[in-house]
Amino acid sequence: MNKAEILIIDDEMQIRKLLEITLQSNNYAVADARTAKEGIIMASNHPPDLIILDLGLPDKSGHEVLKELRQWYTNPIIILSVINSEEDIIHALDNGANDYLTKPFRTGELLARIRSALRSSILEDSDPIIRFDDLEFDLSARTLRKNNELIKLTATEYSLLAIFARNEGKVLTHQYLLRAVWGPGYINQSQYLRVFIAQIRKKIENDPNRPEHLITESGVGYRFVLK
Amino acid sequence: MRTLFINTVSKRRQYLLSSIIVITVSLICFGLASYVGYRVVALILLVTVSLIAITFDILPVLLAAVLSAFIWDFFFIPPRFTFHVTSTDDAILLLMYFIIAMVNAVLTYKIRQIEKVARLKEEKTNAIKLYNTLLNSLSHELRTPIATIIGATDNLQEDNVNLSPANKAQLLSEISKAGLRLNQQVENLLNMSRLESGFIKPKMDWCDINEIVHSVVQRIEEKKISQRIIININQSLPLVKSDKGMIEQILFNLINNSVLYSEPNSRIYISAMCHADILRIVIEDNGRGFPAEELDNVFEKFYRLKGTTTSGTGLGLSIVKGFSEALGGSVHLENIDTGGARFTVSIPAKTSYIKV
Repeated sequence: MNKAEILIIDDEMQIRKLLEITLQSNNYAVADARTAKEGIIMASNHPPDLIILDLGLPDKSGHEVLKELRQWYTNPIIILSVINSEEDIIHALDNGANDYLTKPFRTGELLARIRSALRSSILEDSDPIIRFDDLEFDLSARTLRKNNELIKLTATEYSLLAIFARNEGKVLTHQYLLRAVWGPGYINQSQYLRVFIAQIRKKIENDPNRPEHLITESGVGYRFVLK
Repeated sequence: MRTLFINTVSKRRQYLLSSIIVITVSLICFGLASYVGYRVVALILLVTVSLIAITFDILPVLLAAVLSAFIWDFFFIPPRFTFHVTSTDDAILLLMYFIIAMVNAVLTYKIRQIEKVARLKEEKTNAIKLYNTLLNSLSHELRTPIATIIGATDNLQEDNVNLSPANKAQLLSEISKAGLRLNQQVENLLNMSRLESGFIKPKMDWCDINEIVHSVVQRIEEKKISQRIIININQSLPLVKSDKGMIEQILFNLINNSVLYSEPNSRIYISAMCHADILRIVIEDNGRGFPAEELDNVFEKFYRLKGTTTSGTGLGLSIVKGFSEALGGSVHLENIDTGGARFTVSIPAKTSYIKV
């Protein structure tokens, strides 16, 4: 299998160096750009499998670069930025970023996010049965089994879990989830979401207080990971 | 309070107000004219001008002085309702009235100027003191991890053959810890400056306190602490409407504080409850507690317990206080009779008991 190609768009030399070493030693091919302009040209000349984009670029805001890229570029884009305001994160996710990581970041975390972003772009709507721990979630039969025993899900719980399963590894914002499951009139009713998330955790997590699959992204939303 | 009054009453309002006061007092004296002599009226007016001088600027006070002198002359000195003064005594009295009123106005004004200068000077000294404390604790708090990073990398770069793999791993883990510590200090400073700027506006949303407490505790336990943290929260605690990020920071700083200042292998208890729309979070440890005379000071910015050896900037608890107050609540510290300290954070918040 060919190495996946990753394009880094970041103006900080130290960060580029660190990412290059980290990614190359984990078997990715790496290219890098220092400015928004350079990054967009490189991405269009030779579209990479994934782009890591900084928000604070010298010539243009990363938010604009993201919008421009998303007009034609369909592979994953991960934002890596020192900006950690919830507004910026939600804004970037709404504009098509697959993931958002703030600096300083742990390299293990970054690699996990890259793997999951690449995986979900390869496996779009494939296997409708998802297995994790001793659980088996069948999207076509709409069933959840633990050690082959059926676990009851309400209709809302199923819809939520199905959205998470189809977007494995991706941060889904509160508003996105509320609109998708309850409808546009409910996007400010986050209390419903919190109650149902707690409910689903009781059914799928080994320790609902220390979730390993349904992860909270503070102030932003939730992420489902298989691990 | 006085400066506040001056600042809030505009110049033009001061002229108007001082005239109104003088006229009102004169009217009252006019009504009492049959009971008190006109010389007593002079004293009453003089007192009125002095009182005005305490709060108002010099020009409105001078206006009051002149106005009251004319009023006294016209309405009270016989023959009344003329500016004419017949007796020599009265002429001297009027002149002295005028001089005393003026001197009064100028003197109080001068005293106020001197006070103002002294206050500014004191504020400046305090600011410098605070700044120095900040610089001292900051340079220590930032330089220690930086020194660790530079020292450890030097060691690793030298490729010293005597460095065992275990030593190398140790150095690397120190670098990593130093980085995390630097990051936490920057976080504290940013929070502090957010509080100082006064532009802190809570973002209200429904919060699952149970989830927040567990995630904060998980974050702290990742630092491989020796203390045991015991969480005791009823699963049926309702959702509360508050700022999640701020509650997280409050909890992190309080628990982190307990971890830093309690004995190794001791226990830290966290509980939370909701009563009458007030969320109460309690964090207890079974350490030594705080010296009674310092209980009130620990939330002050840059305050460090006397004789403390643990490193820190003294920002953590002041952020806890600032955030609790920004959320409309408070934080309280007390020593437990059986030993240890108890922090109680109380935050008013709407609750939601939605059940699935």
